[in-house]
Amino acid sequence: MTMTSAGITRRQAIGSAAIAVFAAALAPRLALADEAAVAAELKKLYADKPMTEGRIKLDVPQIAENGLVVPLNVDVESPMTAADHVKAVHVFADGNPLPQILTYRFTPESGKASASIRMRLAQTQTIVCVAEMSDGKLYSAKAGVKVTIGGCGG
Amino acid sequence: MATKSQPRVRVPATAKAGEIVEIKTLISHEMESGQRKDADGKPIPRKIIHAFEASFNGKVFFAATWYPSVSANPYQSFFYKAAETGEFKFTWKDDDGSEYAATAKMTVA
Repeated sequence: MTMTSAGITRRQAIGSAAIAVFAAALAPRLALADEAAVAAELKKLYADKPMTEGRIKLDVPQIAENGLVVPLNVDVESPMTAADHVKAVHVFADGNPLPQILTYRFTPESGKASASIRMRLAQTQTIVCVAEMSDGKLYSAKAGVKVTIGGCGG
Repeated sequence: MATKSQPRVRVPATAKAGEIVEIKTLISHEMESGQRKDADGKPIPRKIIHAFEASFNGKVFFAATWYPSVSANPYQSFFYKAAETGEFKFTWKDDDGSEYAATAKMTVA
């Protein structure tokens, strides 16, 4: 990594500036995650590994009347054999106080990389899902949810 | 206000070998997100179930990590490929260190 004369990398400088702007804009309100927070979580997990869109069926309602209980169904296409199966599935939200929603760990015994749960959404936002295959390949999917009444008490 | 966490699971009693069966679990828990404030404006500390695990005859086949965005009284459904007769065990881990468990038997014909 090349250093500028000030001893700070360009990335660090941009990062801290972004944090400052973010903090200033949201300080008086409930601090919510954003797209950058989701990207940062993904980077922690998989660095900058490329992701392909597809193979994931992300089933969420287009409009959720009650943000406290929003059904979420994830279904990843895979033969689920010992040689080729889905290892992990991560679900993120870019408009909740925390970017993470959940992580699933599957095994070939799961038979099907599919699971349903109910989640809370604070506001209208995009759900991001990333699946890690046993060969290390990453797949992603996105879906927008309109929330009428938010589900994270302030 | 703490309700006693009561797990409920639904598993088919019998299955054919190789059949993929659906398992549905539900546990009563307030899943306090740590974001809410009480009447005096003090934040209510986080208390959620952060880990769920499902095993069959002692072997874990599905696990989930939950964050505060998971709804109260978390419902979780998932699948299992039936191979032999045995017992499912489900465990939920609470932030306060307690653990809730449920078991269910399945016969494979």
